[in-house]
Amino acid sequence: MLDLDTSRRQFLKTSGALIVTFTLAARGAQAQVPPWLQRSTAPDEVGSYIVIDANGMVTLYTGKVELGTGVITALTQILAEELSVPFASVTTVQGDTNVTPNQEPTWGSYTVQHGGMQIRRAAATAREKLLDLAAERLNAAKADLAIRDGVVSSRAGGAKISYAQLLDNQDFSIKIDPTAPLKNPKDYTIVGTSVPRLDIPPKIFGKFFYVQDLKLPGMLQARMLHPKAIGAKLLDFDDAACRQIPGYVGAVRKENFLAVVATDEWSAIRASDAISVTWSAWDGLPDESRIFEYVRNAKVERSVVLDSVGDTVEALKGRGTTLQATYEFAMHTHGSIGPSCAVADFRDGRLTVWSPAQDCTILRELLAIMLQLTPDRVRCIYMEGAGCYGRNGADDCSSEAALIAKELGRPVRLQWSRADENGWDPKGPPALLDYRALLDDDRRIAAWESDIYFPERPMNRSGVTLLAAALGGLPAGSSKNIELPVLLGIPYALPNKLTAHLQPQLPIREGWIRAPGRIQATWGNESFIDELADAARVDPFEIRMRNLTDQRGLELLERLRQFAKWEPRGSRSRDSGPLARGRGLSYVKYELVRTYIGIVADVTVDRTTGQIHVDRVWVVHDCGQIINPDGLRNQIEGNVVQSLSRTLIEKVTFNRSAVTSLDWVTYPILTFPGVPEIAIDLIDRPNDVPWGAGEPTTSIVPSAVGNAVFDATGARLRSVPFRPATVLAALSSGSAK
Amino acid sequence: MTTTIRFTVNGTPQVIEVSDPSTPLLYVLRDQLGLHGMHFGCGLAQCGACTVHYSGQAVRSCVMPISAVEGAQIVTLEGLGTPEKPHPVQQAFIDEQAAQCGYCINGMIMQAAAMLAMTKRPTEAQVRLALEANLCKCGTHVRILRAVMRAAEKMG
Repeated sequence: MLDLDTSRRQFLKTSGALIVTFTLAARGAQAQVPPWLQRSTAPDEVGSYIVIDANGMVTLYTGKVELGTGVITALTQILAEELSVPFASVTTVQGDTNVTPNQEPTWGSYTVQHGGMQIRRAAATAREKLLDLAAERLNAAKADLAIRDGVVSSRAGGAKISYAQLLDNQDFSIKIDPTAPLKNPKDYTIVGTSVPRLDIPPKIFGKFFYVQDLKLPGMLQARMLHPKAIGAKLLDFDDAACRQIPGYVGAVRKENFLAVVATDEWSAIRASDAISVTWSAWDGLPDESRIFEYVRNAKVERSVVLDSVGDTVEALKGRGTTLQATYEFAMHTHGSIGPSCAVADFRDGRLTVWSPAQDCTILRELLAIMLQLTPDRVRCIYMEGAGCYGRNGADDCSSEAALIAKELGRPVRLQWSRADENGWDPKGPPALLDYRALLDDDRRIAAWESDIYFPERPMNRSGVTLLAAALGGLPAGSSKNIELPVLLGIPYALPNKLTAHLQPQLPIREGWIRAPGRIQATWGNESFIDELADAARVDPFEIRMRNLTDQRGLELLERLRQFAKWEPRGSRSRDSGPLARGRGLSYVKYELVRTYIGIVADVTVDRTTGQIHVDRVWVVHDCGQIINPDGLRNQIEGNVVQSLSRTLIEKVTFNRSAVTSLDWVTYPILTFPGVPEIAIDLIDRPNDVPWGAGEPTTSIVPSAVGNAVFDATGARLRSVPFRPATVLAALSSGSAK
Repeated sequence: MTTTIRFTVNGTPQVIEVSDPSTPLLYVLRDQLGLHGMHFGCGLAQCGACTVHYSGQAVRSCVMPISAVEGAQIVTLEGLGTPEKPHPVQQAFIDEQAAQCGYCINGMIMQAAAMLAMTKRPTEAQVRLALEANLCKCGTHVRILRAVMRAAEKMG
């Protein structure tokens, strides 16, 4: 076992690794399964996560994967800390359906919060077991033992024994004990420190292997010919012209699925240009210019009350002023800088796919259904692609690579084009939100009601139908497993009710994009409370704090007020020239149960052009125990900039047949000149559990910016994105005061 | 029928045979020379993920036909610096932890290094403009700016 372990370690660390992985996978498929592949992968077994070899080197096996957010470094810190081994002694194997435990998908800001805590408990159980073994071997009481860097010694001095000696190459064959004592955070030396990210140096020197960089022996290169219209049928194709291209291998067709294959990538691209394809006409998409009317009138499949406090119906009948507003949120694409790519190999009735998908377990399940294989005949191995921010095209591209590989019986790499990615990755759907509230005669909020219109899919944890299944007329998985209800209501202690009206799928497929449902709901919630603050002539901090009973939230808001040097609204008059400056506040307790964040955005609005420049964003962030402060800051900054891009600019465009925002000119995103300064104040609570930070900050950016524009100009923005035409229209309408 | 192209990559002379002289430099570097610091992002010269240096200038290798590279000196991320001898821009990106997924970072480093070779001590506004055509979707911009300003200071 030692030799195999060592060779595995080497292949994971060296560049030749990727081909060795393939060889082992193929050999494993034929019966001679290496011992390290025979380990348990059950999520409740310690040995599923942790292996310690004869040299004391530790391997962490995790079903959570690095999507570019730094989680592998954070998980390594959690393991090394709790197990009391050096950080540098830990190597990680991630996201391989054959060898890593299923820890649920890498999404929803649950990687540290859930996955990290599974690993922490596994490590704590392991440490207890090692202490028991050491007590026996050193003939000492457990309480008299101390651990340092994987070596157990008697506090009295003298005898020492290492983890490697104690284990003697054995796996941990014990269940995770949820009651195993955890290290006291005051003794932490690794958790809570800004350990540099493990993946950054190879990325800086061009030594990192993305899935795009994987090469298998005999591997072919493919390109897709996606339909010209979303629902078009493939009538005919002629690849005679492709045969002039040296390297052209052939076309793969299955109903409306069409790909070209070549021995090298450029030949595949040329073939995709040269092939002549006839598609049927299809124009079943709604009118983009009236998309929110479409959403308003779309059939509602079911309505779900997501949040209900007190009797809003009765309270709304009271005396006072009723306010109403409707907010819109545009359709977005993920916009990964590297289009999706996957490598697939099908041989001896077994499929192996190297994929950048967020969840190899769901992918395996859906691929098995699509190709009518038993799941044990499908192995999905995660390899990083470009950042995905949700369910982008990775799974679809993987399904298409799998289908081509199965048809050809040779390993295939499929690289999507930019147009494939922008045109075919599932979109964050448009959302519509209605609000009404009553301000009583004392100008206090008496009651609040809201309705959100949104397709169910992005709030649903099942996989989106794989594109290869949809195009190829193959069986599609429907592992429906509803995640609802996620609490999308308001954190304020007043009678309120939120009803979600879940609609059937749009003709353009939907998928979750960072903070799905949460960014839309928070955009409405935190904009509407700003409208109420204005109507009640109360400062935005004041109206929130007056209605909050949560001490942690109150503490955060007070800290933000001071951090941002907030002056009460109305304490200075609006700029009268072409440039108007303003500040906006937004606050969230994510899903009403975890991470607290407040931000203040400082903006300058050019009244003549309608351009908004966000000058500075102040963030106070409380996600409990911080694992890696610099990694956390990196995520917060990324959330702010990315959702600022969504807030100011991003919008999927389409005609009646297909998506038309197929490149970076038609789907522009925020660039360097538009990026604000970001000031962050982290609240660390080492004695609390860690909560997620990968997406919560995303949810509060649109409302903070919209509220700042109102502060600057008196114009209320109610439709994301805030492109100049939208801003100019708001400035010239009656809402500008 | 093939075309022979002679050029230099990271200081090493290369002789390349291509069947199509319009083959973009990107695919020659990645598929024939086994380099992978530069990435395919759009194939349209819109994002910068594929950036390399062509006689010191930052160019988009995804639209640069190999026929236009005859006799050129090409430097890629791998040739800019190494872990043992990092370029000041690479070192600054590590010091500032200026990456998330890292897919765009090749372009950020190559664009910034080409700029700093021409412009000593740029202002932050100049750096923002120099990187305007390099796209990042993770939102790592504030770190990238800090890294480039740090490198600029080091390079004096």
